[in-house]
Amino acid sequence: MSLISIFFTLFFYFSVLIFITGLSYKVVQYWNTPAPLKIPIAPAPLTKSGVFLRLAKEVFLFATLFKSSKWTWLFGWSFHLALVLLFFRHLVYFWPGEIPLILLKTEPLKYAAYPLIFGLIGLLGRRIFVDRVRYISAPSDYLMLLLIILIGASGMLMTFANNHPNMLLVKNFAEGLITFQWSELPKEAIFLAHIFPVFFLIAIFPISKLLHGPGIFFAPTLNQVDDARKKRHISNWAMQKEKNTKIDLDHNQDKGS
Amino acid sequence: MSINSIEKFPTYLAIPPLKKDSMAGNGPFKASIEIQKDLGFPGEKVDNWQQVAINKIAETKSKYRSVQVFLDSCMKCGVCTDKCHYYLGTADPKNMPVARQDLFRSVYRRHFTFAGKYFPKLVGAKDFDEDMLDDWYNYFHQCSQCRRCAVFCPIGIDTAEISMAAREIMNAIGVGQKYPNQILGKINKIGNNLGMPEPALRDTLADLEEEIEEETGASVKLPLDIKNSEVLMVTPSADFFAEPHIDGLIGYAKVFHQSGVSWTLSSYASEAANFGMFIGNYDVMRQGALRIRKAALDLNVKRVVVGECGHAWRVAYSFWNTLTGLGSGGSDEYSLKLQNQLDSNYPQPQHMIEFTYDLIQRDKLSFDKSKNDHRVVTFHDSCNVARGSNMGDIENGQFILPREVIKAACNNFSDMHKSTIKSATFCCGGGGGLLTDDLIDLRIKGAKPRMHALKRSEQDNGVNTLAAICAICKSQFSKVLPNYDFDPYMIVSVHQLVSDAIILTKDSET
Ligand code: SF4
Ligand code: SF4
Repeated sequence: MSLISIFFTLFFYFSVLIFITGLSYKVVQYWNTPAPLKIPIAPAPLTKSGVFLRLAKEVFLFATLFKSSKWTWLFGWSFHLALVLLFFRHLVYFWPGEIPLILLKTEPLKYAAYPLIFGLIGLLGRRIFVDRVRYISAPSDYLMLLLIILIGASGMLMTFANNHPNMLLVKNFAEGLITFQWSELPKEAIFLAHIFPVFFLIAIFPISKLLHGPGIFFAPTLNQVDDARKKRHISNWAMQKEKNTKIDLDHNQDKGS
Repeated sequence: MSINSIEKFPTYLAIPPLKKDSMAGNGPFKASIEIQKDLGFPGEKVDNWQQVAINKIAETKSKYRSVQVFLDSCMKCGVCTDKCHYYLGTADPKNMPVARQDLFRSVYRRHFTFAGKYFPKLVGAKDFDEDMLDDWYNYFHQCSQCRRCAVFCPIGIDTAEISMAAREIMNAIGVGQKYPNQILGKINKIGNNLGMPEPALRDTLADLEEEIEEETGASVKLPLDIKNSEVLMVTPSADFFAEPHIDGLIGYAKVFHQSGVSWTLSSYASEAANFGMFIGNYDVMRQGALRIRKAALDLNVKRVVVGECGHAWRVAYSFWNTLTGLGSGGSDEYSLKLQNQLDSNYPQPQHMIEFTYDLIQRDKLSFDKSKNDHRVVTFHDSCNVARGSNMGDIENGQFILPREVIKAACNNFSDMHKSTIKSATFCCGGGGGLLTDDLIDLRIKGAKPRMHALKRSEQDNGVNTLAAICAICKSQFSKVLPNYDFDPYMIVSVHQLVSDAIILTKDSET
């Protein structure tokens, strides 16, 4: 195998390894960190199914973003939706062995690249031209948008401008990554420019703001049921503290905490 | 600006262009050595403060999932930037919720994350140095913890959680704010924020009883420390002396009088307010709440009702069950002791608005609404009630019940613009431990969005009365209303409206 193929193969595994370990670490950390107080934010659901519905609306429709800023919603939602569609579009390359029929029919999903780029340009424009958003942006915030734009743009150039790399090579390379039967990748610059930022973003996922993905599920403001009066909600550390203070129940004397 | 041009903005107020450092400064007065020590904090800034602070950040984020998740998850979308009344009123970019969080986040990144340790410039990570600490002190005391930003954040990031954590960390290194910490000392020693001892309270209540009798001919009582009463009433101490709060207290008394339910105030727990929340300290908050637990047990009451106070109601509704077992559903010995005593037919604790609303629903109160006919009333949803609690255990009950109580007592009610009420309500500008004269400039500016909405209601609907159910809102509005060319007396308690219209049964009739 050529050096460049080895590099990208290793880069892929390296990224996936960081992604999996880092993300697991983060999720376990969030899971293990107690939320000692009930802090659901209005409009707070009073039941579990209400919470479920609330999170579903946030995750699938970006309901709060819609309420907050219509333009940002339009850009952000179309970008994320396009990402999901394009993810499915790419599964076919990685699928080992016989490809299920449904994946062979994902060809039209390639047009999701348009809303992807549209959304990204919108978000970038907002970051550059709205003084408030410019103020809160760090270099990494621009960089991430630019990287995804690069992914989208290189993909579009290959797909829509007849710059296809050798598709057999692509398929063998991608499938090889999954089946550990490594093979050469196409060496066109445009293809490399397409996959480099993808691998890079996978790697930085657990150490960057991309953590908003898992984060939203762990936000106590969104995932708590508003039933504090009906159920006693207490964290382990607070319960421990309560036991240690030895309140004299008979004489109702609190020894202080 | 014509009304039409105002309409275009979701917040009434043009979103101002950034004015960097417009609110730079030293922040509010710092707490003295004695005040800090009383609460168990270091008296002065400790020598190795940076290390102590970093350790405290580590501890805080390991105890509060909110802090850990919120620090990681902000995607810098910026949609919260125009949602804070302090940003809208001051244009200082550090008053944008995300920028306020970033004061904390940049330190977190620098000291706790890979990217921040090795590529600080790239991700905006910063050292926790003296300048940063000054910014923390200044800008985390320009946040009223109103949680409006959290309503609009797609990830549910609540800046109030971050600002509470920041204040907790600053207290841990000996840098505390005078106003809340001094008050917390008083409540721990005497039982209320004013430091008003039992005899003074007893006198005040006796005077009030006389006053009500003179005015109405009914012998309405304000009982203190009466054992075995049905209800323990816990209300902010401002209700005992400040205008317009006191007229609300009279309103509660009249409602209890009409209901026939026996009730009592407690001299031991004569404060519903709990500033422990503002400084983000679980133990201090718990101590305040434990006084109420003790009073409820000692007085052997069946129900606990909370008066008109915004953050107190959030603490009572959302936290009391956690902190003290005052609620229901507990299974441990400690909470059961109290829960077995309380009457499980009622939610515990209950808000006074819920109590009154329930009586209205059951036709137990009659009103002469014409007594309020000189008023066109609007209702200011107080942040902590609106965004951190519920009433009536129905969805959005915290918005419905107070309005229904007002409408039962008044003929003319009109809401302010919908982008400024209910869950999107604008803070009065004085919440979260900022109700102090050394922050008056901030308080006036922070009130701006609320005042704009009120101005519009005045022009369009002739609104001349602003009703609220929060002691801080009432004090803040009394102070800042004149700055916006309003009558300072237009702010009233909701239970003052009830008080003015309720028809009392005289003793001779019963
Ligand atoms: S709305 Fe939430 S995610 Fe967006 S910038 Fe503000 S705090 Fe960050
Ligand atoms: S909690 Fe309120 S005061 Fe604090 S940043 Fe958010 S909107 Fe502003």
